[in-house]
Amino acid sequence: MSRTGKRLALAMAAGAAAELAGLGLIGSAAWLITRAAEQPPLAALSVAIVGVRAFATTKGVFRYGERLAGHDVALRAQATTREELYRALVPAGPLNQGGADLLSRMVDDTDAVQDLLVRGLLPAVAALVTGLAAVTLGLFLLPAAALVLLAGLLVAGVALPAGVAAITRRRSARIAPARAELAARVADLLHGSADLAAYGATDRALAACDEADARLAVLERGQARVNAAAACLGVLAQGLTVTGVVLAARAAGAGSVATAVLALTSLVSFEPVLPMAAAAERMTGVSAALRRLREVRATPPAVTEPERPRRVPGGPLTVEVENLVVRHAPGRSPALNGVSLTLTPGRRVAIVGPSGAGKSTLLAALMRLVEPESGTIRLHPLASGSDSGHPPHHTGARGAGGSGAAVDLREVSSEEARRVMTGLTQDPYVFQASLRDNLRLAGPEAGQEELAEAVRRARLETWVERTGWDTPLGEDGRTVSGGQLQRLALARALLNDPPVLLLDEPAEALDEETADALMADLLDATRGHTTLLVTHRLRGLEEVDEIVVLENGVVVQRGTHDELVDAPGYYRDLWRSEALVSRR
Amino acid sequence: MHKDLLRLARSERAVRRHLALCLAAAVLAGLLVLVQAELLAGVLSGRFAVAALLPLALVVGARGLLGLVQGVAAGRTTTAVKSVLRHRLLSRLRDLGPARLTSHRSGELVTLSGRGLDALDPYLNGYLPSVAVAGVVPIAVLVRLLTADLASAVIVLVTLPLIPVFGALVGMHTKAVTERQWRALSRLGGHFLDVVRGLPTLRAFGRARYQAEVIRRVAEEHRAATMRTLRVAFLSSLVLELAASLSLALVAVPIGLRLLGGTLELSTALLVLLLAPEAYLPLRNMGTRFHAAMEGVAAADQAFAVLDAETEPDPRPASPADGSGAGDGAPSADGPGRGAPEIRLENVTVRYPGRGEAALEEVSLVIAPGERVALVGESGAGKSTLLHLLLGFVTPERGRVLVDGDDLAAGSWRPAFVPQRPHLFAVSVADNIRLGSPGATPDEVRAAARAAHADGFVTELPQGYDTVLGERGTNLSAGQRQRVALARAFCLPGADALLLDEPTARLDGRSEAAVVAATRDLAEGRTAVIVAHRPAMIDLADRVIRIADGRIVSDRRVPRHDTENQRPSALDVSPDGFDDSVSTAQGGESR
Repeated sequence: MSRTGKRLALAMAAGAAAELAGLGLIGSAAWLITRAAEQPPLAALSVAIVGVRAFATTKGVFRYGERLAGHDVALRAQATTREELYRALVPAGPLNQGGADLLSRMVDDTDAVQDLLVRGLLPAVAALVTGLAAVTLGLFLLPAAALVLLAGLLVAGVALPAGVAAITRRRSARIAPARAELAARVADLLHGSADLAAYGATDRALAACDEADARLAVLERGQARVNAAAACLGVLAQGLTVTGVVLAARAAGAGSVATAVLALTSLVSFEPVLPMAAAAERMTGVSAALRRLREVRATPPAVTEPERPRRVPGGPLTVEVENLVVRHAPGRSPALNGVSLTLTPGRRVAIVGPSGAGKSTLLAALMRLVEPESGTIRLHPLASGSDSGHPPHHTGARGAGGSGAAVDLREVSSEEARRVMTGLTQDPYVFQASLRDNLRLAGPEAGQEELAEAVRRARLETWVERTGWDTPLGEDGRTVSGGQLQRLALARALLNDPPVLLLDEPAEALDEETADALMADLLDATRGHTTLLVTHRLRGLEEVDEIVVLENGVVVQRGTHDELVDAPGYYRDLWRSEALVSRR
Repeated sequence: MHKDLLRLARSERAVRRHLALCLAAAVLAGLLVLVQAELLAGVLSGRFAVAALLPLALVVGARGLLGLVQGVAAGRTTTAVKSVLRHRLLSRLRDLGPARLTSHRSGELVTLSGRGLDALDPYLNGYLPSVAVAGVVPIAVLVRLLTADLASAVIVLVTLPLIPVFGALVGMHTKAVTERQWRALSRLGGHFLDVVRGLPTLRAFGRARYQAEVIRRVAEEHRAATMRTLRVAFLSSLVLELAASLSLALVAVPIGLRLLGGTLELSTALLVLLLAPEAYLPLRNMGTRFHAAMEGVAAADQAFAVLDAETEPDPRPASPADGSGAGDGAPSADGPGRGAPEIRLENVTVRYPGRGEAALEEVSLVIAPGERVALVGESGAGKSTLLHLLLGFVTPERGRVLVDGDDLAAGSWRPAFVPQRPHLFAVSVADNIRLGSPGATPDEVRAAARAAHADGFVTELPQGYDTVLGERGTNLSAGQRQRVALARAFCLPGADALLLDEPTARLDGRSEAAVVAATRDLAEGRTAVIVAHRPAMIDLADRVIRIADGRIVSDRRVPRHDTENQRPSALDVSPDGFDDSVSTAQGGESR
């Protein structure tokens, strides 16, 4: 940051120097000409001649230096902002549930810092220095004229920008919703095109877009009027100040040399000051962006990291969840309300239940993405012996705790928790990178053999052969279909091969045939692997060792498929409606 | 000026007038600077009396006023151009129809027709006026200088072209590199966004912290590379600045010496000193606005690319359903219409532009009035195309579609349609339901909702039927959304045919049961074509047609069973209905 600070100081100095050189150029030229008209000896002009030439040369060089240093600072600042933002987002927090639009706006917001420096701070410093220099020069030549100049500069450089900023802030409070309204109408027209066309409502939707556009246009024209008025007042301030300076000089009986120097330096000193009004308008947007970034950075992380984190011992693990209560926000009803379950090595447990039952919350708690309100999650390294067969309502794992080295999940860092328990998460993401890199992020050390093996187990090899290992994915229309995406995510999970494999709705967003095929392959690939599978579809669950039915954050049923199908309840209802007419 | 924008500005009267006013005010204000310089030089040299300060103040006032006019006119120009473009874009998209709007492109188009067009602002209200001023004012300054002092005029005349010439030379030299660098910059932004979006995935595999280092390294490398480029690229601005300030020195020093020799009047000298910079200023202004303006040009290019694309005339630009009368009035009393229609396809072939194989090939099919047909087959087989064909979203390349003997193109055919993922609009639930019949009364809306098994959860919403749904209706579950979409179909007056696209895909068992029940009611007395995967949905049908590779491969009738309890082993269809589809699903994904 100090390096950036030094660059920033350099850029500010260069910018101010360039403006001062401009002021010096016009001042010395005015002095040269008016003095020459008095026909002094040539020697009296030599300093001014040198001055004119020197200022003329250095102005360009300083400007060049300012632009280079300014852009360097801006790029550094942007990089720093992005990195800080990213680091703030790394620990899971509430913001991570925001949609893609929110994220892209946040990324756009990081440009604001760049704007603040290059278009706000640097020109403001240059304007301030130039104005001060011109007024100081005026004080030496003629204090009365200097006061007129000071007044004019304050109007153009302080009052006007402040006024524009105040008005813009008020107006943007109305423009932002108008923009959002237009965006929503346009999105309706495009995303709902089939519905609209089928119901003959397209023209009405188009008219709604036009209306929203017209409302926004009225507000934008209003903002244009504000900016135009500010520009107009700036020109008036400049012209009338120069007129006032000349008048003051004449009234004080100043000589023609002093009058000309005063008038022309006054005229030029406004040049960096006048753009301040437009900059003020832009800065209101910038300050809103900066406020949003501050809010993001101030968001507390979702889980508290332990001060002295413990490591989870290697080897097979038993996961024991006891009376787990998770609430997403204080005052809201708990997403999990006293859930217990035990997952012993090599067993596969499925969690089923309607959407909103708390299935994904349970996985989030295991991955330490949310902090439980009460209850425990414990990890037991493989016990010496006798833990076989679980009664359906088994809530403790006393048998498994034999080795005594049980680790409470709260004692390990969230990264360690995710080293042990992870897999296929909700909304898996395809990065704009090659297929190979997209896989390798789950196993940076993996060689080609292991990659190919994971791809084969996820039944993705045909697609990989066709697409190629090094073809970039996720870019310009080279989209990955839902089925391929889920299989890619499965391949990542298999490649990562955590001690406890978590699979969150692996068949989500797939059509029926694809979902069935994927589930079959997945149950095949995870045989013998400690697995927790969250799903809302029941086909294939005959194969898992235990099924836990969650409803409203509570375990309502547990058992094997056959047991559950025989007992009345959610599972049997679901199974019947799914399988009533099944051809199996 | 951008040639398509120019054409647009010419053809739209409002745009033409405001743009002309804006440019005229800018040029006039630029010329008034000459008058201002004349007066100031006169007063400072003592040629004019102090009273000349009054006209000077007036000229300043006029310049301010012209600035106001220019700004207001510029605001009107930009909003008018954006409104026109936006309207044309959206109309164009309407004309393309839903079948040709892929979901991938629609995101891009939402951005383009929203914020994307704002990039035109700096082009229209900044760059264009600066070009107009640069075209007029330097010449006027030169003419005035020629009449005042030939020697100075020659210096300006010689140095002035240096600005565009050097600018172009440096520009040409660095253009490719600079452009590559700007592209890299936007890619860097893309990379960052990509990483942020994928953060949950990175976190799951313990790669989140590592990636922070990558972000830093990539940004640092990019900065170093950019700065290397900029060192050269900014030479153009150095040259511009130097040419302007050095020529002022070149003018000022000889004038001073000539004043010393008494061969020049002070008033002329001051006029030259004041005017000379004004010759360079417009060119520099134009240069500084160039970059922002190019973004506007890119946005305009993008917009006109959409407008000009695929100009092949579509025989029926809007779908027939669309044309058939803006859905005025309430549901007609005759309910599900003048009787369920017969649908007949005669050797229909559909081919999407740019695709080799046909989406449907030589399909002939007769669907009897009141028949319920289930379409089954792998994804990509042509089921949805067949629905889109019946909806008029796509037109056959060959063959005809007849509804009760009339060609689809001519008919007043208005089927009710429930897409696979119905879009719920950001308006109230009631308005969502009365989409096809805006005149429907609250009672009619409620009756439709009740029929669609939606009344229960709707009345439990905070404001019942007046609850405004969030963007894309996110506050309803998938099953509830389907039922709102079914209520839409129930609310449509005179809809005697029903087209459903996998209404229960992605629903869990309980939601599915409600949707199936509602669909069963809705299909009653109507001709229904249902794209189906789930057994429960197929079970509603009395005829199952299997499509593969754009052709009908099997077509069998199922005895009709209306009572729910006696559900026979309904799926006699199974041999060719599903089992094979499971094993081939892998191939089906490749669409």
